[in-house]
Formats: sequence, structure tokens, C-alpha cells
Amino acid sequence: MLNPMKSVLMFLLLFTFTIANYAQADKGLEIAKLADEADQGFESTEVTLIMNLKNANGQTTSRNLFNRTLELTSDGDKSMITFNSPRDVKGTSMLTYTHKEGTDDQWLFLPAIKRVKRISSNNKSGPFMGSEFAYEDLSSQEVEKYTYKYLGEETLNGEKNLKVERYPVDPKSGYKKQIAWYNPDKGYRIEKITFYDRKGSLLKTLIYKDYKLYKNKHWRASEMQMTNHQSNKETQLIFSNYQFKTGLSDNDFTQNSLMRAGK
Amino acid sequence: MRKIPILLLLLLFTLNEAIGQSKAESSFDLELGSDATFFFKKGAFNGQKQFYPSFYIQPEYSLSWNEGLHNINFKGFFRYDPNGNSRTHFDIREMYYQYVKDRWELSIGAKKIFWGKTESAHLVDVINQTDFLEGLDGEEKLGQPMVQFSYLTNFGTFDLFYLPYSRQLNLGNAAGRPRTPVVLNDDDFRFESNAEEWHPSGALRWSHYIGPMDIGLHYFYGNAREPLLDIREDGSFGLLFPKAHQVGLDYQIITGNWLWKVESILRMGSFDNIFASAAGFEYTFSNVGNTGLDIGVLAEYLYDNRGDFAFSSLDNDLFLATRFAFNDVQSTEFLAGFAQDLSQSSKFFRLEASRRIGENYKFSLESQVFISIDDREFLSSFKRDSYLRAELIRFF
Repeated sequence: MLNPMKSVLMFLLLFTFTIANYAQADKGLEIAKLADEADQGFESTEVTLIMNLKNANGQTTSRNLFNRTLELTSDGDKSMITFNSPRDVKGTSMLTYTHKEGTDDQWLFLPAIKRVKRISSNNKSGPFMGSEFAYEDLSSQEVEKYTYKYLGEETLNGEKNLKVERYPVDPKSGYKKQIAWYNPDKGYRIEKITFYDRKGSLLKTLIYKDYKLYKNKHWRASEMQMTNHQSNKETQLIFSNYQFKTGLSDNDFTQNSLMRAGK
Repeated sequence: MRKIPILLLLLLFTLNEAIGQSKAESSFDLELGSDATFFFKKGAFNGQKQFYPSFYIQPEYSLSWNEGLHNINFKGFFRYDPNGNSRTHFDIREMYYQYVKDRWELSIGAKKIFWGKTESAHLVDVINQTDFLEGLDGEEKLGQPMVQFSYLTNFGTFDLFYLPYSRQLNLGNAAGRPRTPVVLNDDDFRFESNAEEWHPSGALRWSHYIGPMDIGLHYFYGNAREPLLDIREDGSFGLLFPKAHQVGLDYQIITGNWLWKVESILRMGSFDNIFASAAGFEYTFSNVGNTGLDIGVLAEYLYDNRGDFAFSSLDNDLFLATRFAFNDVQSTEFLAGFAQDLSQSSKFFRLEASRRIGENYKFSLESQVFISIDDREFLSSFKRDSYLRAELIRFF
């Protein structure tokens, strides 16, 4: 026979935990939304990227890329990334329509044979260009792509940060969870992310460096450093010549413009 | 080719105008390649050899000004085949001026247009003539002179093509491998139209994507790019390029890791009506064991109502292949394919592998092996032509 007092106590305890969980989830989601809102209104960006790949022996190779992004509020952003080097893939470009819900649409242009090929965006956990960045790390970070849990405050580089655990909604994600450090005094920009693989072990750490404020509103890191703790490989992304509100429109994110992107 | 000098002058004129503009952007790229092809068996015909080295040069230039509103693109190609000159040829792959404005684009000059979806055949690609000397897969094409107008709407893209001239098929010479039993020269190529190559052709295409689907429909009228076998009164034969109406469909849908593809054409002319189709799927096991490796498995069925007279010999064939993409720093890739004729003994294997070396080199291997080719098939002239080719390309 169950003690009724105990049952009530158990219930109350459970109830409090559940409420607390909801509160933590709510607060996590709220932070993600605040970060999203803080960056709204960038309209479009264009940026040159240098990708430095370092293997476990310390040898490095470099790639040169160009990225265009178009901000959409009704749905996820559109983006187009173009490879300038290595030379054998020069002109190869990828067009992505991110969706808040469901899978993204993705097309690849292969300049050698002038082919535009629709590709499955299911392959999000795979490496991008042999780097430590997976496709999903580089795609538009829509709020709806994760569920959240607030972990608490933590000081990072002498500044107050809010630690939020986030869980990918898409079962095809290569991660069980991520922990993101949001900087509430600097437009909720992300300072650091740790990635945990499907088994829950620490896989990678991403550090955002050298943030600059553009148009008095938009924080963009000049460098992103991804370290893979399991393979000991590193990838560094260096962003230069950031341009905002460049007048890009939907017409610049079509299959026809994809064919022209690498010229 | 009388109109080419005028076109050149026009291009030079616009080029000059462009350079006068302050914000012009240009780029120049160069590819140098050398390959060595080894045929496992002695040739079926006199003059054929077993080992062929060759070299190519491919310069590419592009210029754009007024923030990408105006563009000029050039891509030349020259291959030198020192062992008999069969593959020696020069082509202007691209040389066009393009104007881009919001929802429309206008291109004038030589271009390549690729519409295909399937991997084993490219049935719908009707705009360009195939560069046969660059391989049997039909992916390399000769530059096609055209005026192309593209218009983007909310319900798809419309492309209108005016094609004033048809490029001549080049099948190589007596020293070439593979080749037809009788070496065909210019006199053996005939056109149904009295205007021959200058009979104008035109095409209209609508293409759109709806969620996970990509769809294209086209109509083409003019000189068919693919000839008919022309058996003459004296028993000799040549090739005849008929006037044809062609309608075609290309379709692809993605469901998770599955890609489903269809290509179909119906070509009608005064000599015959051709129906050909390729359909199949590709399934990708992505990021296998978290190594970054993608393994694709594909199967396609090909049908052609010409049967043994189909130039591809893919008339009732099943194509199975597997593709490995390692997604490593060197972009290592590998494809192994196998085609089996379902009504005859004919089959072939195909192997492709490539890997980047350092920053500016790429090494690739390619092999095609023909097995038990039925003598009734067009491919039977190639049955001794199984080969292995190694290629090294330097990019500048």
C-alpha cells in the first residue's frame, strides 16, 4: 500500500521538476529567439572565405570560397557558396534553400559539364570539402532546427555568457546535442559551441574569434576555429570583406544564377 | 561557318567596350592534360594501334562588367593525338556574350546546354552535338552557336533557343579507337535539309522545381544531332541527319536518401519515330560509419525502340553502378558500373576513379571493358576496344 503523503510528495516533486524542465526549455528557446531577432534585418551578405585544413600531423591545405546569403523571414535563408580553389573545382557552386521545417533544397553546379544537379540534403552530417565542418554546421541556423535547454550562466573570456544545450530536430543530424555559449551583452552572438556525437561523446569544439559589428547591429566573427577531438584535425575559416545589404534578391538565388556564380 | 567572323567582331567590339568600363572583372584559367590509353587487344581494323598517348589544352576566360549585367565567356579546347591524329581536334566549347537582367537572360554565341538527370544516358540533351572523340559517355559536347533567351517566372523557367548552325559529328580517322568499320568522311554525312548544317533549329524548354521534384519539358525542331544509318543504293553506308520534331521530359524526385530519375524523348521525322527512355534510382548511404564516406548505389533501365540500331546500343539494358565519394581533402572518388543487355549477351564494365594531388593536379583512371558484344549491335565494331586510361591534369 502506497503512503498517500508520499504519493503527493512524489507528485509535487515530479511536478516541480517538470515545470523546471519546461522553464529551462522555455528559457533556452527564448535565448535562441533573442539571438535570431538581434540579427534580423541584415537583408543580404556577401563574404570571402579562406578555409585552412590541418590534419593530425599539422600539415595544412587551403581553399578559397565565396558565400552569398539572402535573409528571408517567412522561411529559412537562401545561400549560395562558390569554390574558387582548389583549381580543379573552381566554379563549382552550391545553392541551398533552408526551410524552417522539413528538409532543405539543395542544388550543385558542376562547371566542367555544365550540369546543375539536385542533391539530397539528407547528407548533413558529412564533411564539407574534406573539412571538420559538417554541412549542417554551415547551413543557416534557424531557431526551429533545434529544441533547447537552458543550462545557466558562465563566464567566458571575462564576459557573462548563457549556456544553452540544443538538440537537433532532424534525426539525420550527426549530433546528439550541442552546447552553445550566447553572449547576451553583444546581441546574443555565439562565442563557442561544443558538439556531441550520436553516442554522446564530445566530438568537436567551435570557437568564434575576432567579432566585428557591422551596420551597428550585426555581429560577425572574422574567424571560426573548429577542432575535432576524436581525429585531432582542425579547420579554420577566415572571413574577409563582409558586405551587408548588397541588393541581392530572389533572382540571384536561382539555378540560372547558380551557373553564373563561379564566373 | 560564314557568320563566325561577324560574331567574332561583335564580341571583340563588346570586349573593347567592357575594358573601357572601370568595374570590369576578369579571370583566366588554364588546364593542361596528358593521358595514356592502353587497349587490351589488337584492333579489329587496319591502322589501329594499342597504345595512344595524348595531350590537351583548355584555356578559359571570363569577363563581367556593370556588376555582372554584361558577361563574356570563352572556353577553347585542343587535343593532340600524336599516334595517328584520330583524336586531334580543336573546338570552341564556349564563346558567348550574356546579358543578365532581373528575371531574364540573353546569351549570344557558342554554349553548352545540359538538361540530363540520369547517369547512364543523356537522352534529353539535344542542343549540342556530342564530342565523340572525348568519350562514349556523351558528356563532352561541341560548342553550339545559339541565341538563348531565358525568362524566370513564379511557375518555372522558360528557355527559348535559336540555333542557326548544326555542328558536324567527328568520328575520327582510320587510326582511331574506337571507330566504325568504314571510316566516314565528309561526303558520307548527309542532311535531309537542302540547307544542310545551316538549316536553323529551335527549341523551347520549361523547367521548374516543386518541393522535392525537378521537372523539365522540351520541344525541339531542326537538324537532329543524332544521325540515322544511311544505306545507299551501292550497298555502302553513311550517316543521315534528318529534320526532326522532338519532345522530351526529364524528371527527378528526392525522397530521403533516394533519388528517382526519368528521361524520355519522342523524336519524329519523315524516316522514323524514335522513342527512348532511361529511368532509375540512386540511393546514398551517407557518411558511412562517420568516416565521411558516401556510398551511392544506382540502377537504371534504358529502352530505345531502334533496338540494335540504337547508336548507344542501350536499347533494352540494365545499368548498375556504385559510387564512392570519400569527401576527403583530396576529393577521392570512385565509380564502378555494369551494363547488361537484357535481350542479348552484350555487357560492359566501366570504372572511373579520381583524386587531387597537391593543390593543382588531378589524377584519374578510366576503364571500359566490353564483354560478349552481340554482332547485331552497333557497339559490335567496338568489341575489341576495351581499354584502360590514365590521365594527369595540371590546373593553372
